[in-house]
Amino acid sequence: MEKYLLNINDLKVTIEDKEILKGLNLQIKEGETHVIMGPNGSGKSTLAYTLMGHPSYEITQGGIQFDGEIINEMKADERARKGIFLSFQYPEEIPGITVEEFLRTSKTSITGEMQKIIPFRRLLKTKMEHLGMDESYASRYLNLGFSGGEKKKNEILQMSILEPKLAILDETDSGLDVDAIKIVAESVMKIKDEKCSILVITHYNKLLEYLEPDYVHILMDGKIVKTGGVELVNQIDEIGYENIKAEFSNI
Amino acid sequence: MERKKTYIEDIDRGIYDIKNDFTYRYKTDKGLTEDIIMEISREKNEPEWMRDFRLKSLEIYNNKPIPTWGADLSGLDIDNIITYIRPDTDMKHSWDDVPEDIKITFELLGIPQAERESLAGVGAQYDSEVVYHNIKQELIDQGIIYTDMETALKEYEDVVKEYFMKLIPPNDHKFAALHGAVWSGGSFVYVPEGVQVDIPLQSYFRLNAPGAGQFEHTLIIVEKGAKLHFIEGCSAPMYRVNNLHAGCVELFVKENATLRYSTIENWSKNMYNLNTKRAVVDKNGTIEWISGSFGSKVSMLYPMSILRGEGARSEFTGITFAAEGQHLDTGTKVVHAAPHTTSTVNSKSISKDGGYAFYRGLLRVAENAYGCKSTVSCESLMLDNISKSDTLPIIELNNDNIDIGHEAKIGRISDEAIFYLMSRGISEEEAKAMIVRGFVEPITKELPLEYAVELNNLINIELEGTIG
Repeated sequence: MEKYLLNINDLKVTIEDKEILKGLNLQIKEGETHVIMGPNGSGKSTLAYTLMGHPSYEITQGGIQFDGEIINEMKADERARKGIFLSFQYPEEIPGITVEEFLRTSKTSITGEMQKIIPFRRLLKTKMEHLGMDESYASRYLNLGFSGGEKKKNEILQMSILEPKLAILDETDSGLDVDAIKIVAESVMKIKDEKCSILVITHYNKLLEYLEPDYVHILMDGKIVKTGGVELVNQIDEIGYENIKAEFSNI
Repeated sequence: MERKKTYIEDIDRGIYDIKNDFTYRYKTDKGLTEDIIMEISREKNEPEWMRDFRLKSLEIYNNKPIPTWGADLSGLDIDNIITYIRPDTDMKHSWDDVPEDIKITFELLGIPQAERESLAGVGAQYDSEVVYHNIKQELIDQGIIYTDMETALKEYEDVVKEYFMKLIPPNDHKFAALHGAVWSGGSFVYVPEGVQVDIPLQSYFRLNAPGAGQFEHTLIIVEKGAKLHFIEGCSAPMYRVNNLHAGCVELFVKENATLRYSTIENWSKNMYNLNTKRAVVDKNGTIEWISGSFGSKVSMLYPMSILRGEGARSEFTGITFAAEGQHLDTGTKVVHAAPHTTSTVNSKSISKDGGYAFYRGLLRVAENAYGCKSTVSCESLMLDNISKSDTLPIIELNNDNIDIGHEAKIGRISDEAIFYLMSRGISEEEAKAMIVRGFVEPITKELPLEYAVELNNLINIELEGTIG
């Protein structure tokens, strides 16, 4: 039997009694890059939030196995410590807590090792340079007053510092200009080299030009309706989701 | 996902809750009578005018109704409060001479250490009397006076007579009258003209006795062009009977002088904290209030700044934290009584576990006070659905040549923000604490380092065991 890092089996998820995911299956192996595309309302963000353990999303059926363990009941912080990372579509603003303070607490919690101030500051500085972020962001309050693009970069900064096993990128490319997408993609490639698996949730293909995904899945109405390679992306561009849906319902 | 809530009946407040045996050299009977007042005055060996002042205050007290516009005071039974308890020691100038149990209490509260490291002088009151007072020699050489009120009344009687309860007269309200009748202890500070004290002075008020009252009087005079930072700390262990704190703080800030008055109040949750604080500021002078209210069952506390000299300035920074069983009715009052005066109010409150934080503020601009500027901002954060928060900022403007900014925000702690932090491996408890710490950060950074640490510790103590 093949060993999956993430194995989602017949997953049904409701939020406020409304079923959003309706029997979703997805398997990701170590080091693989998967892309989930789908129209608005198909359940893409629900999948991201469910994987991260948002308390409002209730699993009514099926299971999520991560790194050999069923994580259905795990809280978000435990999942993060197990190696799941979510780059948020709309990152929260937290006044009064600096980026550096937050990330040092976070890294300490995830590694279980106290992060000393000076070495951590050095690490942070290096990673920020890679992302073309000004040093001053380290002492700014978390996401407060950041532009959309700066928030996304800050998510990727967190990802590269926390070094997860699975990084879920929820619409990370939206709000980024062409140059920023390239920079972000480079950081994603770096952690990919470290055997990190990537799950990209998007409805653009901008980021995909750099990432060379292994699989592309199309999510519609709470289920994955089609899986293929990069060629699927072009197909969507050409014929649109509606036609794919039609094709699917004809089968 | 099932959510469990841990209820902890009495939060261990650690060092704040350490009780010593109730020993004393002298105490009055419970309640309030003319005989008790005479006894206190006799015990203190006071001049006649002070005794008469006390008796007059008692009369006012008896004729004033209990205020009903604020927090519920019906649980307060003055007849069962011991108003005066002299601890079993005289005032000492060396910690080595302070009785062991009292000394240990203050050591646990970190007072002697703070004195060695970062303070220019310390006063420590235990129940009704000051048990320790000390000031660095170089301050004495500059003519600074820092002592307990009793000594001040003996050695600087004329000064005390000139200022004592002139800013907060006994007929101001019922508890000011009570204070006038039974006041005991507190600190007296005099900073001569042009003297700038860069290192803070601190007085710490500890109420150890159950069912007692503490009525310390703080009188600070900062002369022209002088500068002082004064810190006041208060705490008490928890008892089943109610305690009462009705202190008075009178601050006189002269022309071009600056006074910063910082308070970290952490009374136990059986305390009625009905304190009155007031500053009057002359031309181009500055009063800065830093006020942290954490403890008590009920607080009614509204430090007031009277800007009576042209160009006078006040700045109020306050944080209130109301937990289960607490009703903290706090705020500030500013009176612009002269032209070109400026004021800033920055108040934050947190409520949790059914606690009630009420911001009550007054901004009054007199008719002649043209060209004034004022900014008021109050923000409240509720940590759950059973806690309450209100704001009542009253603004009275008697001329229209003024620049006023006002902002009020009430909100709940955001589940999405908690989730965001948790998704980075931070536990729910720590995530909440981080958000709260971030919320109060603008205030923490105003505090001297060790008080910032204490404030963060208090937040952690308050948040323990409350995570849903």
